[in-house]
Amino acid sequence: MEHLLQELTVFILAIFVGYYVIWSVTPALHSPLMSVTNAISSVIIVGALIAVGPALFGISKIMGFIAVVLASVNIFGGFIVTQRMLKMFKKKKK
Amino acid sequence: MENYSILAYLISGVFFILALRGLSSPETARRGNIYGITGMIIAIITTLLLPGIESYGLIAIGIIIGGIIGSSIALKIEMTALPQLIAAFHSLVGLAAVMVAGAAFHNPSAYDIGDTGNIPIASLIEMSLGSAIGAITFSGSIIAFGKLQGIMSGNPITFKFQHFLNAILGITLIFIIVLFCLEQNQNFFWGLTILAFIIGFLIIIPIGAADMPVVVSMLNSYSGWAACGIGFTLSNNLLIITGALVGSSGAILSYVMCKGMNRSFISVILGGFGGEDVLVKGGKEEEQRPVKSGDSNDAAFMMQNSESVIIVPGYGMAVAQAQHALKEMCDILKKKGVNVRYAIHPVAGRMPGHMNVLLAEANVPYDEVLELDEINRDFASTDVVFVIGANDITNPAAKTDPQSPIYGMPILEVENAKSVLFSKRSLGAGYAGVENELFFRDNTMMLFGDAKEMCESIINALGK
Repeated sequence: MEHLLQELTVFILAIFVGYYVIWSVTPALHSPLMSVTNAISSVIIVGALIAVGPALFGISKIMGFIAVVLASVNIFGGFIVTQRMLKMFKKKKK
Repeated sequence: MENYSILAYLISGVFFILALRGLSSPETARRGNIYGITGMIIAIITTLLLPGIESYGLIAIGIIIGGIIGSSIALKIEMTALPQLIAAFHSLVGLAAVMVAGAAFHNPSAYDIGDTGNIPIASLIEMSLGSAIGAITFSGSIIAFGKLQGIMSGNPITFKFQHFLNAILGITLIFIIVLFCLEQNQNFFWGLTILAFIIGFLIIIPIGAADMPVVVSMLNSYSGWAACGIGFTLSNNLLIITGALVGSSGAILSYVMCKGMNRSFISVILGGFGGEDVLVKGGKEEEQRPVKSGDSNDAAFMMQNSESVIIVPGYGMAVAQAQHALKEMCDILKKKGVNVRYAIHPVAGRMPGHMNVLLAEANVPYDEVLELDEINRDFASTDVVFVIGANDITNPAAKTDPQSPIYGMPILEVENAKSVLFSKRSLGAGYAGVENELFFRDNTMMLFGDAKEMCESIINALGK
């Protein structure tokens, strides 16, 4: 129970941080915002790695492996496409 | 979990916050992205160093396969196809969440949540929520992808008792989750996951293509909550923090998009907006009204003899890939001393910020691109507005006609300008199925044809 309360604290505070940080994002960058949030939500790979990690072979390992592949597609794809987009935003040449 | 890893995960979470914070301005955004990458690397390395992780070879293979696929897609993709790419990526996060939840159920001891058949109830609830939200994200995103990519019709698919069916399925889902938590049976786990897949599919099919900015943002949010659910299952603060950040980001974007259309979130979710039957109703008898149409020479003449021009791009510009030709046209006008700016409506295009990215791709400096609130007052003092591939977002009926489906939607008030040029394929109604009475006004000139070809021939005419 104590565990859960601790997690809940982190969760609620993170929502507030998210709320204020996201409102400060300029609307012009809403597309990169989506792609970068997409990339960082693939941090779920952490859970996948723990499933693949153990030497023991089993269904959990197979599912973990699939998740590692899927999350990696997202991590690489998400960050690269964000970088591509952001590179294009330039100021007027003076 | 080791103390050092908790600390490292915290650092990684802070990097993610900084990554989002960087997006407050284009100048800091690239650094932000680097922070994001750094955070991810820290998270992955920390996990690899955890005790019990041994199969490094297999992990490397997985990351390399995924990395190659992800990188090659991201490097090749056309910027106009961004919305469907994002939708596809969301579906992967959803499926990964399902897989991780499944893995945790089958091998709980690896995650420190008891043994098979003896998992604490809190973990079971978190696991089932993570898997269910992940599954909804997965199938919903696939439908969104299909609609955006044009594999599926963009029209809303509705049938009788649709909402009733969804409600029944939703209740059944909760029921199965309860059974799963009581019985810890893997059949119930897969049952709830498959049911959630079906629900995800059903909740997105009734939503029309033009509401996709809301849907894509919403699925963005779901993918965050799915990560959160997994974070709770694994008692991992980093996943909880990141999931909450992404979840609130998607929720805020959905809110911004809904506000841009003056629609409630609920009405978007219930779907059925736009599409065939509304189109038929949309003023067949009015089709005969006279419109003034012109060619590229007229447009070139008007624009080069004006002091100020505002460009209003819409989804049609993306479809025609007209952004580069448009930018070239504007460069010539600027050389001729015309003040050229761009006005972006929040829901222009198929995802939040879609137009900004396309203009940036064409090398339009971002300080010439203005948001609705920043530029709306300037239309009255503008000589020519060039609307390219947009329609509903300029329709004055949104302000004047309470019967109109788009009534109350904030619009770019292009009608206040001295003259308006519409580059459009035909007189057809916009996605909302509403006629734009602006087309029939005296100070409006229609430029029929492909947006890109139109820009190119205006460039030729300007050169003469």
